Amino acid sequence: MTDALTVGDEVARREITVDRARLVRYAGASGDFNPIHWNDRVATSVGLPGVIAHGMWTMGAASSVVADWIGDPGAVLDYQVRFTRPVPVPDPGAATIEVTAVVGALDPDAGTARIDLTVAVDGVRVLGKAQALVRLS
Amino acid sequence: MPVDVGYAGRQYPPTAAYEVGRQKLQEFADAVGASHQAHTEPSVARTLGYPDVIAPPTFAVVVAQRAEAQLFEDPAAGIDFSRVVHADERFTHHRPIHAGDRLVTVLHVDSITVRAGLAMITTRAEISAEDGEPVCTVVSTLAVRPEES
Repeated sequence: MTDALTVGDEVARREITVDRARLVRYAGASGDFNPIHWNDRVATSVGLPGVIAHGMWTMGAASSVVADWIGDPGAVLDYQVRFTRPVPVPDPGAATIEVTAVVGALDPDAGTARIDLTVAVDGVRVLGKAQALVRLS
Repeated sequence: MPVDVGYAGRQYPPTAAYEVGRQKLQEFADAVGASHQAHTEPSVARTLGYPDVIAPPTFAVVVAQRAEAQLFEDPAAGIDFSRVVHADERFTHHRPIHAGDRLVTVLHVDSITVRAGLAMITTRAEISAEDGEPVCTVVSTLAVRPEES
């Protein structure tokens, strides 16, 4: 499969929306009940514009784009991100993250590819150095 | 109270086992929008070569943060969680987590640095099966902002 890929290829692109109900669901599923992810009063008291998404929700949502492209979530061998900007989630309404996955590097001997993810809200990146190492079948 | 840099280098004893259930994996996959059927359909997971449904790539955070609580909930460490911001996260999967796993975690405090009042705390959770087989390494860095003066 490395033969079919070239560094710089865009392999996947998806927009994913997130609203307050989604954050409550993620809080319950993950066990991260930090109130900045569901309580405006607490969020603004610590200097945030309002409730923000869990960074780990954003990281998880972006990984599904890679998993679906490769066809096997277990083929994601290594996955890292830096959290560079918060994702405010309005109420009412929703925020939309735009995920783009590009081949960053190929290792034919190891049979792996590094997929570089751009994750942005309104065109502004919210994650830095978002990279997934995947095993190619 | 400032963050105690003396915690750097600390290693905690192994946690009690975390039992991975199918329903928990489905709940987590739903929450992050991971719709691949390997998370929910055992037959699909087996077709891919796994013994049972597998976890999404970031599920290990659920296991890791239970171990990280040993540090963050220790009052003597001086970490005020209301001033914490997540800086980075990395998962290195030695094999996928699957339903039925019983996972034991050893938490390491790899570094604590303080610069201009901002503390950066890097932890490493080494997650393994009960028989010692390595499963996932989770490295996480949190930034703790200084108190308002």
